Amino acid sequence: MSDPRNEWPLWEVFIRGQHGLSHRHVGSLHAADAEGALKNARDVYTRRNEGLSIWVVEAAQITASSPSDKGPLYEPAESKVYRHPTFFDIPDEVGAM
Amino acid sequence: MNNALFESLLRLGDNTLVIGHRVSEWCGVAPVLEEDIALANMALDLIGQTQMWLGLAADVEGEGRSADDLAMLRDVWDFRNVLLVEQPNGDFGQTIMRQYLFDQFHLLQLQHLTQSTEDRIAAIAQKAVKEVTYHVDRSRDTVVALGDGTEESNRRMQAALTKLWPYIGEMFAADAIDLEMATAGVIPDPASLRADYDAATRVVFADAVLTPPAGDFAHGGGKTGFRHSEHLGHLLTQMQWLQRAYPGARW
Repeated sequence: MSDPRNEWPLWEVFIRGQHGLSHRHVGSLHAADAEGALKNARDVYTRRNEGLSIWVVEAAQITASSPSDKGPLYEPAESKVYRHPTFFDIPDEVGAM
Repeated sequence: MNNALFESLLRLGDNTLVIGHRVSEWCGVAPVLEEDIALANMALDLIGQTQMWLGLAADVEGEGRSADDLAMLRDVWDFRNVLLVEQPNGDFGQTIMRQYLFDQFHLLQLQHLTQSTEDRIAAIAQKAVKEVTYHVDRSRDTVVALGDGTEESNRRMQAALTKLWPYIGEMFAADAIDLEMATAGVIPDPASLRADYDAATRVVFADAVLTPPAGDFAHGGGKTGFRHSEHLGHLLTQMQWLQRAYPGARW
């Protein structure tokens, strides 16, 4: 392992594809600053025509929920089936929702 | 055959071929993964442009040679690239400095070539100029980041600029072939690009805290084929060995 103080910060990369969908997380990379992260994302993640728009977010800026909290966070919703939109048939033509 | 046109196309294609190959030498050994991929992408852009330039050169020559023949079966004295692009990679800073010095010229040249009176040249330039706009964005920012970085990175970038400085002039030195083609509106007179180049690079060197060396001595002999540096032969040995050892081998 190299000295972590010599590492560029980690950035998370989000790309909006050709199909008008939302930006989707595609991976991460290292870069010295936001502009560099955009350029690196362009080179690393859009080589095969994947993208129309790129977002980069410094990973340290993301606040994540803790896996150990999943009981109190998510289990209460499981018993409330009336909230789940599973009672509708969605026609195929609608496409991705 | 229009010899001046053929020579001019070789100059275009050999520049992109030789610097493209140089950049590809970093594949797998660049300092960080992100730069490795970016350099490989750029090398592929440049080799792609080479296929178009040398393909057109072969057409103009009309002797049944292909772009591959021109790239893989000519020897040093038939190459028409400027000396700058055949200089060795050195450290990463030297590679990036060489790239910026070339990219800035390349962009100006292509912008003019999109207006060429030769339609096929204008069409190639229109495709290439988009790629090279990105190349110069990237190499310029990296020159500034490293020049205005740490004491060591500044020292390395200054050393690279000092070393490569005498290779800038050749890109702008016009000869009879250039002037014939420029008069016909096929290519720009290289000397006419110099002022814009100097204006752009001056800003970048200032931002990068680098001092351009005094003096305007320039090595020559690459684009005319008169005298390449010793490095081109070594590069061709690597690049061409497969076609030389297995003539006609294909994927």
